[in-house]
Amino acid sequence: MDIRPKVLVTKIGLDGHDRGSRVVAAHLRDAGMEVVYTPPWQKIEAVVKLAMEEDVDVIGVSSLATDHLIVPKLMAALRDAGLTDVVVIVGGIVPDADEQALLDVGVARVFHPGSPLDEISAYITEATARVRAARFPA
Amino acid sequence: MNKPLPEPIPASTEEAHVRWAAEYSAQIGADRAVHNRSGIPVRPLYTPLDVDPARFDADVGFPGQPPYTRGIYATMHRGRTWTQRQLIGLGTPAAYNARLTDILGQGGTAVSLIPCNSVFRGYDMDEVDEELLGTCGVVANSADHMATCLAGVDLATTSCAMNDPSPFTLLAFMLATAKRNGVDWRTISGTSNQSDYLSHYVANHMFFRLALPGARRILVDHIRWCNEHVPRWNPLSVVGQHTQQAGATPAESMAFTLAAAVQYADDCVAAGMSPDAFLPRFTFFFDVSISFFEEIAKFRAGRRIWARIARERWGARDPRSWRFKFHAQTSGVDLTRQQPLNNIARVTAQAIAGIFGGLQSLHTDAYDEALSCPTQFGARIAVATQNILREEAHLTDVIDPLGGSYYVEALTNEMEARVLAIMADVEAAGGMYRAVESGLVQRRIGESACRFQERIDRGEQTVVGVNAYQVDEDASARPALPKPDPAEMRAHLGAFTAWKAQRPAQAVAAALDGVARAANDGDANVFAAVVAAAEAGCTHGEICGTLRREVGFGMPLTVV
Repeated sequence: MDIRPKVLVTKIGLDGHDRGSRVVAAHLRDAGMEVVYTPPWQKIEAVVKLAMEEDVDVIGVSSLATDHLIVPKLMAALRDAGLTDVVVIVGGIVPDADEQALLDVGVARVFHPGSPLDEISAYITEATARVRAARFPA
Repeated sequence: MNKPLPEPIPASTEEAHVRWAAEYSAQIGADRAVHNRSGIPVRPLYTPLDVDPARFDADVGFPGQPPYTRGIYATMHRGRTWTQRQLIGLGTPAAYNARLTDILGQGGTAVSLIPCNSVFRGYDMDEVDEELLGTCGVVANSADHMATCLAGVDLATTSCAMNDPSPFTLLAFMLATAKRNGVDWRTISGTSNQSDYLSHYVANHMFFRLALPGARRILVDHIRWCNEHVPRWNPLSVVGQHTQQAGATPAESMAFTLAAAVQYADDCVAAGMSPDAFLPRFTFFFDVSISFFEEIAKFRAGRRIWARIARERWGARDPRSWRFKFHAQTSGVDLTRQQPLNNIARVTAQAIAGIFGGLQSLHTDAYDEALSCPTQFGARIAVATQNILREEAHLTDVIDPLGGSYYVEALTNEMEARVLAIMADVEAAGGMYRAVESGLVQRRIGESACRFQERIDRGEQTVVGVNAYQVDEDASARPALPKPDPAEMRAHLGAFTAWKAQRPAQAVAAALDGVARAANDGDANVFAAVVAAAEAGCTHGEICGTLRREVGFGMPLTVV
């Protein structure tokens, strides 16, 4: 089966440093993925709604200046909306002490500064294959 | 005669150059192509043949004189070293004041204030997610908060840089504090950082912003009002740091910054202001990356271009109008999460480039900025780095020590040509305001950011610890994110909401109405109304909310 992941690239919270989200979004698009991109400052409810309407496989949340601290709220909102099989990844500046807390609430993976773009796209392809296989067993 | 004669001294530089080039090619084989970040080819050797000695006065000259390549003052760092201005901000106003006192006690010579992201976005603390309060800056929403932040600081003698985007509420709070303390506004000095709204639109979307036309009008009001009432204040800081951190090359960043400054000055002239009244209070703020010589050339070229534009475009006659005063911050993009102590070496190289580039004020990043908001330990090393460079390494003894270097002079000329070409593209698009509206600037920055990352991912640009020289690291050695004390923050929030509720409602409403009316009256000054509102006890969120209603909110124009 040809995997063409659909990915929502977004920023929640208050910070607007969006170089990371723009570079990653452009790379995923160039790698052939379907990318839904939002400007910064998205409300958590808006991200959940968009993920549902667009039926994305993966949500990539970019954070530079501490917005990762409200990712647990996003995870809870996704769960409440029944979106339990969407893979959520976080990219940006996430201190080690906070990384475990994100993984504990269901974030699939955290990509730190210096992560090669190919590593991010490879992970998304693999994770998408995994969730689609679970959703539509052969 | 079996022994060969020693080589004679060549008859001419040209002949020697030909001889060297032949030997170089023979020995190196297939030479690698080297380009700097701005795309300028870098040759293996620079000689007198790369600069025209007859153009010394026109291109190089002396510090403090046109063409200003070598510095804007005759004495430069030998007379007065740069200002050590560390950006700080975390937690509550009381916590900020403690950190500020510590930095000033260790050699910091000026205040900087970074407010919480909620402030940047135009909200009061009771309007946002509590988890985020104070994690990246100080939560200051009122004149009372500012008074606590700056307690013990003599505002008449200490220069203050406020990270304070339109509509400049933090300055308004500071002026209210000064008035209460009996400090004459005419003695207050400092800078409205983040007044460059165009840079926020294209690059750093961190800041509260108003729709473009409103932001444009309020900036002119702000410049005019400050020139009259706080004459030592720099109401405008044109920011190249945002564009370069967002991905622009050094040449693009310098070009977009100069083009923005041209736009702002044109707007002031169109509003009937005299160039020699406002230009002396224009300042600039740049990123300094680790591309060492390129950064030095960027600053030297920028100084030369600005001095020429000020004279030729607006006919400025006061030498203070020609001077390209700038603050620089070492580039966070170059710092790595891997082996974070290596960042101290990177910051040192960046800082030297900025110093040799002739900066007036410097922020050195803490080594842990790629991991979190800096710890106090990291911030102390950053300050010490500046002290070491200044007093142990003696970088301030000689003015423009690289002036006359064949490479640096040739590169300065090439950077100037590249910057002017990009500025011409912007001018052709109708100036910076139009070029931002159309997305031209954003597109170029986005392309350069992708190119930069691809070069690293392909291994064409080494980043130690990231794509080369990796080592297994003990993650426990990395610092934890400093977080504000939750109990202190909750108490701060509680006190704020209680205070808000007991204010004289009528005075607050009247002052906010004054802001709204000024926004709709072309003859009024919006910033004057903002200052009056701050004095009347209005909060940051109330003032920003009023203006957002009256002039509209602008979403960033994002181009992927």
